[in-house]
Amino acid sequence: MIRLRLEQRAATPAWFYVALPVAAMLATLLLCAGLVVLAGGDVIEAYGTLFLSPVASRFALVETAVKAAPLIFTGLAVAIAFRAKFWNIGGEGQLLMGAMAAAFIGGREGLPAVSLIPLMILAGALAGGIWALVPALLRTRYKVDEVVVSLLLNFIVFYGMMALLDGVWKDPLSGYPDSPDIREEAGFPILLPRTRLHLGVGLALIAAPLVFVLMRKTVLGFAIRAVGENAQAAAYAGFSTARVTMATALLSGAMAGLAGVGEVAGLHYQVMAGISPGYGYTGIVIAMLAGLNPLGVVPAAFFFAIVITGAEAMSRATGIPVYLSDVIQGTALITMLIALLFTRYRLRLKGVGHG
Amino acid sequence: MDDIWGQIFQVGFFAALLRIATPLILASLGEMFAERAGVLNLGIEGIMLLAAMTGFSTAYFTGSLWLGLAAAMATGMVMGALMGLLTVSLGLSQHVSGIGVTLLCTGFAFFFYRLIFGQPGVPPSIEAFATVKVPLLSDIPLIGPVLFDQFALVYIALLAVPVAAFVLFRTPWGLSLRAVGESPRAADSAGVNVALTRYQALILGGAFMGAAGAFLSMAQFNAFTFGVISGRGWVCIALVVFGQWSPWKCAAGALIFAAIDTLQLRLQASNVIDVPYQVFLMLPFVLTIVAMAAVSRNARAPAALLTPFRKEER
Amino acid sequence: MAQALLEMRGITKRFGAVVANDRVDLSLLPGDILGLLGENGAGKTTLMNVLFGTYAPDEGTIAIDGKPVAIHSAADALALGIGMVHQHFHLVPSMTVLENLMIGLPGKGLRLDEAGARARLADVKARFGLGLDPDALVSGLAIGEQQRLEIIKVLFRGARIVILDEPTAVLTPQEAEGLFAALRAMAAEGFGVVFISHKLHEIRSLTHKVTVLRQGRIAASLAMSDAITDRQLAELMCGHELTPPVKPASETGEVLLSLDGVSTAGGRRVRLRDVSLQVRGGEILGIAGVSGNGQRELADVIAGMLPVASGTLQVGGLAVRETSPRVMQALGIGRVPEDRMTTGLITSLPLSDSMVLPLVAKKPFSRFGFIDHGAIRRFVTEQITAFGIRAAGPDARTGTLSGGNLQKALLARELSQDPRVLLAAQPIRGLDVGAARFVHEQFLALRAAGRAVIVISEDLEELFQISDRIAVFFEGRVMDVLPIAQASVARIGLLMSGQEAA
Repeated sequence: MIRLRLEQRAATPAWFYVALPVAAMLATLLLCAGLVVLAGGDVIEAYGTLFLSPVASRFALVETAVKAAPLIFTGLAVAIAFRAKFWNIGGEGQLLMGAMAAAFIGGREGLPAVSLIPLMILAGALAGGIWALVPALLRTRYKVDEVVVSLLLNFIVFYGMMALLDGVWKDPLSGYPDSPDIREEAGFPILLPRTRLHLGVGLALIAAPLVFVLMRKTVLGFAIRAVGENAQAAAYAGFSTARVTMATALLSGAMAGLAGVGEVAGLHYQVMAGISPGYGYTGIVIAMLAGLNPLGVVPAAFFFAIVITGAEAMSRATGIPVYLSDVIQGTALITMLIALLFTRYRLRLKGVGHG
Repeated sequence: MDDIWGQIFQVGFFAALLRIATPLILASLGEMFAERAGVLNLGIEGIMLLAAMTGFSTAYFTGSLWLGLAAAMATGMVMGALMGLLTVSLGLSQHVSGIGVTLLCTGFAFFFYRLIFGQPGVPPSIEAFATVKVPLLSDIPLIGPVLFDQFALVYIALLAVPVAAFVLFRTPWGLSLRAVGESPRAADSAGVNVALTRYQALILGGAFMGAAGAFLSMAQFNAFTFGVISGRGWVCIALVVFGQWSPWKCAAGALIFAAIDTLQLRLQASNVIDVPYQVFLMLPFVLTIVAMAAVSRNARAPAALLTPFRKEER
Repeated sequence: MAQALLEMRGITKRFGAVVANDRVDLSLLPGDILGLLGENGAGKTTLMNVLFGTYAPDEGTIAIDGKPVAIHSAADALALGIGMVHQHFHLVPSMTVLENLMIGLPGKGLRLDEAGARARLADVKARFGLGLDPDALVSGLAIGEQQRLEIIKVLFRGARIVILDEPTAVLTPQEAEGLFAALRAMAAEGFGVVFISHKLHEIRSLTHKVTVLRQGRIAASLAMSDAITDRQLAELMCGHELTPPVKPASETGEVLLSLDGVSTAGGRRVRLRDVSLQVRGGEILGIAGVSGNGQRELADVIAGMLPVASGTLQVGGLAVRETSPRVMQALGIGRVPEDRMTTGLITSLPLSDSMVLPLVAKKPFSRFGFIDHGAIRRFVTEQITAFGIRAAGPDARTGTLSGGNLQKALLARELSQDPRVLLAAQPIRGLDVGAARFVHEQFLALRAAGRAVIVISEDLEELFQISDRIAVFFEGRVMDVLPIAQASVARIGLLMSGQEAA
């Protein structure tokens, strides 16, 4: 009988953190190729369209970057939270909170025009952070599992938002449940003329290295890691696990909130039902693919921006359901999780059967 | 106001309550088995969704509802086994694995539904499960129509509660299961195969979750929609905590939740309170969080929940 | 000659580069009580884990009743009649005695066989004097009772070979006598008993044969008789003449830490009741007691993790009102915890992170909240050299270090802060002789430098070797504090079981 055995490794070679996500993605695409075949598609054609159409033109590239911006933010949100083993699955709800806060501020007539954008950013980050504090407080005070709470909060904020959009906050000029547009001056400046490349994309690209520095080079980042790996040892060493958890939640929620700010201020100029097609959940996949490294979040987010936008083109061209992109996300999360095992263990084939 | 409450609390209210509780009872029992063995199965939401889809599709094409139910349960069992592969064999994070399984199942459900049915103007539907009148008993006034004029799956769910309690507390397998969830090392040293037991619990739990999904697309409704689960799986995770990992209390929790849900549905329909209907939709989720906050501090989860068991690790 | 119950031949087991067992032979006849003697780390536990199916041996054969067998799991071992009482109990605390006994046993029809289990429990009591209340919750049992339950569990599974791994470590000397009586009764019925220990007097009083392991190899295998002296056994065990570490006389200075009538709230933990203790500079205070009598709570109070409900805690003459780990560190309390892997270091992080865990917020490791990785690296590299820590480097994952090296890393970290008081719990548990000696030398060096050391240990031998005074804990109370000259094993043992010295 041959058995697979896992052996701990002393240290992880640095190139693993690049090779593993690549391997996981290749495995994912290989597995999902089966679905393409099942759908009667041609694998080369389908993947060709999926991966090339989002990068084929300047316009397409910009659109991909615009798509990547919220994904970078939600990816960072998860990368921060999961490091502390604070299982914040509420990125979706925190994003919506950020979006609503931004749209609310952006629509205020009384505010000076120059203050609008900074205030929207601040309010969005704060709204997301405070929303993430709810599960953190419930966890530290009442030992409530944050997974369930943060998930349920996604539903609550969504229904709450819809209640507003259907009621007091409904744009009287629109037939849909949409909020009124934000003020002209509240829109993010466009970085590249005649495209939709807005300030939010730039902010996302700046946020990633900042979060990297925070996690690697500061005592707070150290505390977040220590609490995540072993809360008890961290507590004995003098860190307050409750305070570190709250700080983590606040930071994580702020990132997700900023994703919402970008979508409102840079893209839609209002809040509506479909403002986030699951960016919060995709953020989990992205963060895992990045090995929770904030810098890795950027390429991972671009990858999934490609998958999401490319899937639509692929679906139009080949008739394969667009939901292939959801399957790819789920599969990628699982293959990456398995791949991460190799950072800690090596696989040994072992013949069992002595005597 | 009096006759509003009269309108709400009719016989129909309690019959509807039982129907709404059924998938919650089934799925929370499934989750309870997994957690009792030490594995948090966050795949529940996705498993229910995928099973609702496979069950519905099977029934649609074979014309047999029971075959559909079997397909849904089989779906749940396969996904339970996948969860086992990730968390038991590979010892990966139960949180992330579960989210992965949910995302995967959601993707599968959407992808295959679209692949099979395309994008028709009118969503395809089936002749859903009809209620089964229990002879004589269903004629009892008040209780009869509530308890004895229900879907077969409602009866099955109600019977499943004592059966689950018996299995968990009175059989050797149930004892092994609980031991594995409390102290895998103790179970192992007593000759219990920890990995196998956890797989069994996850697969059995998956079957329950599958049945719950099937109930939604084949009894409560007669079609599959993308929002057919919409958070019910997550609520079941909360119900298991609220139910202190006991089949009876989980079922009681499911009934309470269902009562609130039924009430909000009726209030929505009655138009007496003038707020957007989404506020009512929100209500059960808010109350679930409040209930969790109330019980969690004193809840005693299975001690080995979330911890993988690697025998030879020193 | 009777058929051997158990015959192990040429067992070799390696962990990476470490050879834990090297061609070990062992045989056991019915009615034998075999002592397996060896220092910590000599390979006793590994050998028995091989026999019990926890580890697969790399080489060697095992025969039961003369038939060769392959043991892959605990279930295999149990089926062959091998039962093991581990050093750390394998019980489910939230279940009753009866439930614990029935785990893994077949039922009666579909149901658990409760009546059968009760009957067998009564039978075990009649035969071996091992009795317990079947409906008591295990979490409410005393340690000695839990151990009894472990033995009954083994008997329930039809074991004919019973292995006990350091069973007396958690017992008072008096409780140990009761255990021995049960083991003798079992041997008289034809059971084979393997008794693992590193305590010479126990081996002498209980066993018929003794096998001595040293560094994974058999050093000797002999029939026990009065002709064999303790000295001979000790030499076999250690490979050299046993020299107790030199403990020079030292001047005791002022009181560095004092607890005056300290009580804690209790709750789910043992309650400290009116604990008064003082340690002076230049002395080592030993804390004795059966596990679970408040030693952990004492350690947590001193570490600042457990709040003082009443009474006063003074460090260097300063009363500390609000304790916290940060405060206690700042006051110069160093801590080498009992569970190095769970509360001392973080096994999944690099060694460098583990080694600055409580220090990172201080200079030079960070400034204005920003970490200086260079300073950390320099510090850790220095400590690795200074303490001879065997690790692949500062980046090695903490968990890949051996127990002895983890302990050295912890000591290095705490000593680098030049603590006024060092609190060490079970400091040499699981360490090999060399590492244990190293640890004790560090304590003696601190003592010579006028610092205070508190050593909590369940190993009386250790306490007698290094303490200047021994305080005995029982049910959260200090029974007595004895200068080492007035302490004897018998006296400490009585105090440990809660009996006031006459």
